[in-house]
Amino acid sequence: MQGAGSVQSKINNPLWLLAEVTYKCPLHCVFCYNPVDYTQYGPELSTEEWLRVLREGREIGCTQLGFSGGEPLMRDDLEIMVAEARKLGYYSNLITSGVGLTEKRIAAFKQGGLDHIQLSFQDSTREINDFISSTKTFELKSKVAKLIKQHDYPMVLNVVLHRMNIDHIQQILEMAEAMGAEYLELANTQYYAWALVNRDQLLPSREQLERAERITNEFRARIGDRMKIYFVVPDYYATRPKACMNGWGSVFVTIQSDGTVLPCHEARMLPGMTFPSVREHDLRWIWYDSPGFNHFRGDEWMKEPCRTCPEKSKDFGGCRCQAYMLTGDAANADPVCDLSPHHDVVTAAVAKAQHAQTKAATAKNMTAQPIVFRDDKNSRKLSQKAQPETT
Amino acid sequence: MAERNIELNSVIELQRHFRFQWEPAQQAHVLLYPEGMVKLPGSAGEIMKRVDGVATAEAIVADLEKTFPGADLRQDVMEFLEVAYARGWIRAKQNQ
Repeated sequence: MQGAGSVQSKINNPLWLLAEVTYKCPLHCVFCYNPVDYTQYGPELSTEEWLRVLREGREIGCTQLGFSGGEPLMRDDLEIMVAEARKLGYYSNLITSGVGLTEKRIAAFKQGGLDHIQLSFQDSTREINDFISSTKTFELKSKVAKLIKQHDYPMVLNVVLHRMNIDHIQQILEMAEAMGAEYLELANTQYYAWALVNRDQLLPSREQLERAERITNEFRARIGDRMKIYFVVPDYYATRPKACMNGWGSVFVTIQSDGTVLPCHEARMLPGMTFPSVREHDLRWIWYDSPGFNHFRGDEWMKEPCRTCPEKSKDFGGCRCQAYMLTGDAANADPVCDLSPHHDVVTAAVAKAQHAQTKAATAKNMTAQPIVFRDDKNSRKLSQKAQPETT
Repeated sequence: MAERNIELNSVIELQRHFRFQWEPAQQAHVLLYPEGMVKLPGSAGEIMKRVDGVATAEAIVADLEKTFPGADLRQDVMEFLEVAYARGWIRAKQNQ
């Protein structure tokens, strides 16, 4: 695919479909990657519309399906979608906070053929879990983890890391072990949407990060095959960008709650681009022919230093949304790359993170800072000044 | 749980929560699991197709040799099964 030719001579079929079925969420996590202006979106797709989208996705080759949100359990027709997904041959995953996952619902999902459930935890301690998500959910999540086990689902735990919880890494690992997690994703916050708004409060220091990695590696060596642990480093600490989405329009497709189809969760923010809705077009046309999906395919769009970079086929110039958010132009190199002329934007944020308080903050001393919870009120406020954070 | 490596008389089954299926869009067999997919084109798909929790490795070899006559497949198949085992796709069924 990344041969000599730079034009879109061959477009691969998509493999992953992420269905963000709703943006309603009982949690208000400060690192949420949902668009900050989600309150401005049109009405959610109906059950019938979702079933059609699932069929169209399968027809063009998607195999992995994620039900996400918001909190997907806020849709009471999720059982219908799950059953249809299994019939169509998807390998399906429910990405959930666990809030609303009752015994009855999980039994219905099992019967419908849901393949696995990814449960998010905000931290190993009740105090931080409840503070970060601005709810009282820790005990509920522990109960849900047991339900997941009882129904013979693999236990996939996801913990988003940031400066307020990363120092609890040992406890987080032990919690995962005690729960019998088979997969543990320690995903450092990526700075988009709500997380970008709260970046100064969330970006860990280098010291915190190195300590967490060391402890994770020690734990990994001890636990062996019993638990597969993924540690995702925050890309701000890298010198090369991530191969975002494995390339624009390469394997991944997101359907938003109102039917807008995106090459990644964040792309709707990009100015001057239009992304079609499944209400107006079928997925095949959107994937193969829509201008939005073709815009950053291949490397014709690249500027220097990417254009002539020998690594461009490896990282595709990084993330278009991050380039836009931090440099004002989505066609620029992702400024995480130290070859980017805008790399100083990232190093400045990183430098700032070294000076701030490094100890795990408590709910008490954090409330003094202007941290922004993801909720409808803040979404409306942020929608009015939705501008890139140019520097 | 104590799992053995793959031997000729091992009954082979898919790892828990893995699913094997034919993908029309890819014109290939695939193995699906949490967060991932492996494409198993050609002979890999032919071997995995026979992993059903009933057949032994030896029976899988025999069935493949029947389907593709004239080839001595034992070594290739066993090598593939070892790799599949090492990657966690399959396991030897426990004594029943």
